[in-house]
Amino acid sequence: MKSKIKRSKEDLTFDIINYTVLTLILVIVAYPLYFIVIASISDPDAVNNGLVWLLPVDITVEGYKRIFQDVRIWTGYKNTFLYTIVGTFINITLTMMIAYPLSRKDFSGRRFLMIFLLITMYFNGGLIPTYLVVKNLHLNDNWWVMVILGAVSVYNVIIARTFLQNTIPEELYEAASIDGCSHFLFFIKMVLPLSKAIIAVLTLYYGIGHWNEFMRALIYLRDEKLYPLQIILRSILVQNMSQDPMMGDVEDAVEMARIGELIKYGVIIVASVPVLLLYPLLQKYFVQGVMIGSVKG
Amino acid sequence: MQSIQTTKRRKTFSSLKKVKRKNPFLKSLKKDYQLYLLALPAIIYFILFHYWPMYGVQIAFKDFIAVKGITGSPWVGFKHFERFFKSFQFWRLMKNTIGVSLYQLIAGFPIPIIMALLLNQTKNKRFKKTVQTVTYAPHFISVVVLTGMLYIFLSPRNGIINQFLSLFGIDSIFFLGDPKYFKSVFVWSGVWQNAGWGSIIYLAALSGINPELYEAAKVDGATKLRTIWHIDIPGIMPTAVILLIMNVGKIMNVGFQKAYLLQNSLNVESSEIIATYIYKIGLLQSQYSYSTAIGLFNTVINIILLVSVNKISKIVSDTSLW
Repeated sequence: MKSKIKRSKEDLTFDIINYTVLTLILVIVAYPLYFIVIASISDPDAVNNGLVWLLPVDITVEGYKRIFQDVRIWTGYKNTFLYTIVGTFINITLTMMIAYPLSRKDFSGRRFLMIFLLITMYFNGGLIPTYLVVKNLHLNDNWWVMVILGAVSVYNVIIARTFLQNTIPEELYEAASIDGCSHFLFFIKMVLPLSKAIIAVLTLYYGIGHWNEFMRALIYLRDEKLYPLQIILRSILVQNMSQDPMMGDVEDAVEMARIGELIKYGVIIVASVPVLLLYPLLQKYFVQGVMIGSVKG
Repeated sequence: MQSIQTTKRRKTFSSLKKVKRKNPFLKSLKKDYQLYLLALPAIIYFILFHYWPMYGVQIAFKDFIAVKGITGSPWVGFKHFERFFKSFQFWRLMKNTIGVSLYQLIAGFPIPIIMALLLNQTKNKRFKKTVQTVTYAPHFISVVVLTGMLYIFLSPRNGIINQFLSLFGIDSIFFLGDPKYFKSVFVWSGVWQNAGWGSIIYLAALSGINPELYEAAKVDGATKLRTIWHIDIPGIMPTAVILLIMNVGKIMNVGFQKAYLLQNSLNVESSEIIATYIYKIGLLQSQYSYSTAIGLFNTVINIILLVSVNKISKIVSDTSLW
C-alpha cells in the first residue's frame, strides 16, 4: 500500500515535469514561426520597438503589396514551381523503375546493383569533378541541370524497394507471367497502382527537396531568368542583412530600412506557404516514410 | 543482414546448377533483360553524375589544365595535398569543421531521444499530437529561410533576442558578426529545426517494444522513471547506436549551405569550414586541382571514420551498419 502511494506520487511529479518540458519545447519551436506571421502584418516601427509580442499591431499589408509587385519574386516562383513539378516527376519515375527490379529476389543483377548504388552514398567525386561533368554535358547555366542533377536518391530507392518487398508478393508476378504478362506490363498495371502510399511519400520528399533547393542554383546558374525562389530569397533576406550594421541610422535610409524589414517577414511567409499548407494534410505520409526507411537494415 | 546471407546462399546454389550451360551471365541477362531495362535510366544517371565524377577525382593528383582535359593534364603526385597540409588554413579548417560537428553531435544527438521518451509517456493524445505536428514543421523550412530568420531574430539593432536580453540589462550582442558565437548559432538553430523530426525514428522504436514488458513492470510496482530506464532506453539502444555510427561517419560533413549563408567577413574566422573553403577555392578562384584534393582528403577521412566506428560498435554492442 505504502509503496503504491509513493509510486503514484513519484509518477505525478514525473507527469508534471514531463508536461512542463514538452510545453516549453512547443513554445520554443512555435513562437518564432508565429512571430514572423504577426510581424509581417504589423507596423514595422512597432516591431522594431518591441511592441509586437502576442498580437499584430497596426495591421498593414504594405509588405505583401510590395512583394507581389516585385518581378523577381514572380520569376522565382514560376521557376521553382516548374523545377519542382518536372524534377519530382523524373525522380519518381526513375526511382520506382529501379526499385522494382531491386525488390525482386529472383533478379540476377540485384546484389551487384545494390553495391553499385551504395558506393555512391559513401564516395563521391566532389564539387569540382561533378562541375566539370556538368560543364562537359553543356548543362551549365541550363534549365535541365535543376531537374536532372539529383534525379535519383539512393536513400529513397532503398525506401521504395523495402516497400515493394513488403507489399507485392513474389507469387503475384509468377501467376501473371503464366498468363504471358511481361515485367513491363506487370510494373505498370500492378506495381504502380499498389504503390500509391510510397509514391506519396517519395513525392513529398523529392518535392520539398526541389522547393528548397539552393546550392545547385548557386553553383550552376548564372542567368537571372532561371533563378529559383531560394536564390531570390537569399538576396532579399541574407545579402541585404549582412550590411545591416553599415546602414546604421542613416537618415535617408530610414524609410527604406523600415519597409525593408516588413518585406523580409512577408517574403518568408510567401516562400513557405505552399509547404506549410500541404504539411498538416500530408504529415502521416512523412512519418510513414521515416518508418519504412528505418527498417531497411 | 540475414536476408543478404540467405540470398547469397540461394545464388551460389542456383549458379551451381547453371555451371554446365554456356555463359551464366549472358543467360541471366537474357532471362532478366526486362528488369535490367527498367533499371537502365537510373543506372545511366549514376554513371554520368556519380561514377564519371569519381573518374575525374584524379585531377587531385594532377595540375588540371582545361584545354588538355582530365586525362591530358600532367601528374604531380601529392603536391596539392602537401600544399593543403602545410597551409595556414589547414588547422583552422579542421578545428572549425570538427568543432561545429562535435558540438552538433553532443547537443543534437540526445535531444530527439529525450523528446521521444517524454512524448511516449504522455497519456493525452491530443497534446502529444500537437507537440509532434509543431515540432516536425521546421524540418521543412529551407536553409535560406532559416538563415533569414536568424538574421532577423539576432539583429543587434532590433532583433527579438537582443530586445529580450535588454530586459535583463544585457548589452546588445552582434551574434552573427562575432566569431565566438558562430558555432552556437549554427548548432542550436539546427536543433530547433530538426530535433522534432529526429524523434520520429525513436518513437517508432518505442512503439515496437513488447507491451508485456510494461505489464510486468506495472505488476512489479515500477515508477515511470524506472520504466524508462529499464525498458524504454534498452529498447531504443540499437536504433541509437546505428544513428550514432552514421553521425560519426558524417563528422567532417558540416552542411555547406547553412555555413555559407551564415558566413560574413566578420565571423569568417570561425565559420570557414572545409565545405565552404572547397567552394571558394574551386569555383570562385578556379583552382580546380587544389579544391578537388581537399575534397578527396575529406571523403577519405569520412570513410575511415565510418569504417572504424562501425568496427568498434560491432565489438562493443553487436550492432553495425553492415
